[in-house]
Amino acid sequence: MIENILAPSVFATCLRLATPYLFAAIGEMFGQRSGVLNLGVEGIMLMGAFFAHYVVLSTGSLLLGVIGALIAGLVMGIAVAFVNVTLKAEQGISGIGVYLFGLGMSELLFKTLVGTPRSVSGFPPLHIPVLSDIQFLGIGQIFFQHNLLVYVAFALVPISAYVLRRTPLGLMIRAVGQNPEAADAMGISVTRVRYMTVIFGAMMAGLAGASLSIALLNVFQQNLTSGLGFIAIALVYFGRWRPFGVMLGALLFSFVNALQLQISAIGIDVPSEFAVMAPYVITIIALVFASKQTEKPTALTKPFDRGE
Amino acid sequence: MAVSSLAEQQRIDQLQMRGIVKQFPGVLAVDHVDFEVRAGEIHALLGENGAGKSTLMKILYGLYHADEGAVLIDGVDTAIRSPYAAIQRGVGMVHQHFMLVPSLTVAENVALGLKSSRGWRLDLDVVSKRLNELSERYNLKVDPNVPVWQLAVGEQQRVEILRALYKGAALLILDEPTAVLTPQEVDELFQVLEQMTADGRAIIFISHKLHEVLRISQRITVLRDGRRVDTIPTSGATKATLAEMMVGRPVVLEYEQQPSNRGGERLHLNDVSALSNRGELGLKEVSLTIYGGEIVGVAGVSGNGQTELAQVIAGLRPTKGGTIAIDGKDVTGKPPSQLQLLGLSYIPEERMEDGVIKEFTCAENFVLQDHGRKPYVSAGFLLNLRAITDACRDAIRQYEIKTPGTETPIKSLSGGNIQKLVMARELSRHPQVLIAAQPTRGVDIGASEYIHQRLLDERRQGTAILLISEDLDEIMALSDRIAVMYEGRIVGIVPRAQATVRQIGAMMAGAELEVS
Ligand SMILES: Nc1ncnc2c1ncn2[C@@H]1O[C@H](COP(=O)(O)OP(=O)(O)OP(=O)(O)O)[C@@H](O)[C@H]1O
Ligand SMILES: [Mg+2]
Repeated sequence: MIENILAPSVFATCLRLATPYLFAAIGEMFGQRSGVLNLGVEGIMLMGAFFAHYVVLSTGSLLLGVIGALIAGLVMGIAVAFVNVTLKAEQGISGIGVYLFGLGMSELLFKTLVGTPRSVSGFPPLHIPVLSDIQFLGIGQIFFQHNLLVYVAFALVPISAYVLRRTPLGLMIRAVGQNPEAADAMGISVTRVRYMTVIFGAMMAGLAGASLSIALLNVFQQNLTSGLGFIAIALVYFGRWRPFGVMLGALLFSFVNALQLQISAIGIDVPSEFAVMAPYVITIIALVFASKQTEKPTALTKPFDRGE
Repeated sequence: MAVSSLAEQQRIDQLQMRGIVKQFPGVLAVDHVDFEVRAGEIHALLGENGAGKSTLMKILYGLYHADEGAVLIDGVDTAIRSPYAAIQRGVGMVHQHFMLVPSLTVAENVALGLKSSRGWRLDLDVVSKRLNELSERYNLKVDPNVPVWQLAVGEQQRVEILRALYKGAALLILDEPTAVLTPQEVDELFQVLEQMTADGRAIIFISHKLHEVLRISQRITVLRDGRRVDTIPTSGATKATLAEMMVGRPVVLEYEQQPSNRGGERLHLNDVSALSNRGELGLKEVSLTIYGGEIVGVAGVSGNGQTELAQVIAGLRPTKGGTIAIDGKDVTGKPPSQLQLLGLSYIPEERMEDGVIKEFTCAENFVLQDHGRKPYVSAGFLLNLRAITDACRDAIRQYEIKTPGTETPIKSLSGGNIQKLVMARELSRHPQVLIAAQPTRGVDIGASEYIHQRLLDERRQGTAILLISEDLDEIMALSDRIAVMYEGRIVGIVPRAQATVRQIGAMMAGAELEVS
């Protein structure tokens, strides 16, 4: 029984499902570390998912598909940055607008350009030589038989941690999120840093969408993401604004998702709502007991103004 | 070495500001001001709170943009449009309100905005090493690896100065750098400044302490209400003439000491200990009694437990043992709101963080704790806005607070004026026990005089006052007894009449009280 539920395939699925969360949440984390809350992740993911899918459908090129998703994210990111940083909009509200725009626009484009859901052949699994053959504990199957985007998403975690901790850029991002006045006085352009992180975050959200539509599910349909982008925002909080914390959260979520799939696959009757709720309950409990020592950017959601 | 030679950097032989005008909503902060500074010179900028000193300097540093006027460097019209441009051009500034990121370490704060010697990778070890060399050379001790939030205010000031030294500006603007330094630290800073001018740098020095200005500067420019009153050579100036130029009337610089009318025991601390931000024991078994009608001054080098002492009494920091009593009643561990009901008032040293809510207006800040009390409420729960505005307006008039009105957000007031408003608020409640931490830090002499008079008035009316100050002159002028703190302990309490500056200074450095 337990062996069935905790089969290596469950862990492999867990890693695969974590991919969109990782892209979206790591990207969002950068924006937040610099003080900008982008609540529109979900909308950007939808746009990224649509464009990736559409480009692959029309050209057959996965590379172009990924580029399409990145460009969709870039364009949306510029808009988000302009509204939040330059126009100093209320970030809790503007994000809802971005979400609704992405939701509606991706649906409209889909209906006009594609019509009915069609599947594409997405990223194939890459079997890493030798490693993917390890039978012991199913390690080969769990870690080394994934599509390219899974590896990229997980590589992003240590890279992000390194950038934040050990590069001048990361230092600037942290300073801008904690005390923009001080960063400004040190000759750092708060606006430029925030544009950079927000646009990067949006591009990662686009990639998160692509990981759904051309790697994980290989199809696009209306509201494909169904709340995934919002969970990604919660994961940033869950992870206390640290890349590895975010990864932990993403794994926890996707593990529960994978379990849910497995349980229904082997035909055990658990209300599926329960499995849907579980991760949220876990998140809330974790947030309550999490250490208060966080890297929470104190200037989060606060537009910067010299007060001139 | 960053500081020893100017060869690798631009030099600034002469910098001129011409006809600078800066208008804020409701205030003409700078009104056609001319100002000049030359290499090798320390030029002091004097003026009351709100005179426009910081604004003028922020324009020079590219933070604010002038409405009119020009900046000329070595005769060439140079537009400095951003701090980045200023730094590139060799202009550095130490700000009146610290520009440090609390969650970053000292080294990270210094590295912020600098090019790394390793390109896209941080070189914090290199920064730390150079920082250590600098702090050794100039005797400004800091640990590069400590996060800034763990540092006392005086130490943070050292970091600011070190950072400016590290960047090695050709022209250095120091906006009230000595406000949080002890006399010894000021001496050390002045040595650094003299060394810097000998290197051919230009320095602009802002301070409210006239003796400092007289000692260190070569020329003095006085501003009043945004206009330049005059620029004079320091050699011809005295405290009295400067004070009069600043305020526009003669100012009292010494107070008469009236014998204290000691009342009953008001505040009693018994073996009180507390942790510092760093998690070490910052306050160690302090016992102290303050009687009504008495001012007890606490002297000490910044970071020796004074902040913890004030916060523990104010209920803002938990005790780690010992008891605190007000009027014989045990109040250990009581929250600030209850302590206020027992007649305790607290003037915090970090006024921007602990004293006011930056986004609130003057009037709202004025009733921050009293909004639930008469006459500020009507019908039991509605704010009586008229009463609030009136009370605030009275305070503004009495304390001569410079603000366009009661509805101005407090963050747009000058530093000294914010302090005056906090002072006015706390004293308006006629406290039984008053904790005043650095009450005149950054406050101009006219207002300091007023605040000192008010403290003496409170004393006459029977309030027990704990005055914490790093300004030894202030302690000596006002206190009945002087307690000296060193490494979290009170190392001795001396009656004012028997205290000498030398003895207190020695105790501040850790010497035991010699019983004579
Ligand atoms: N950002 C701002 N917005 C609006 N008004 C401002 C702003 N900054 C300063 N002012 C106003 O401009 C005037 C000059 O302020 P400034 O800070 O230059 O004074 P200061 O001479 O430095 O005083 P202090 O000694 O108290 O620091 C004050 O009346 C202040 O209220
Ligand atoms: Mg000022």
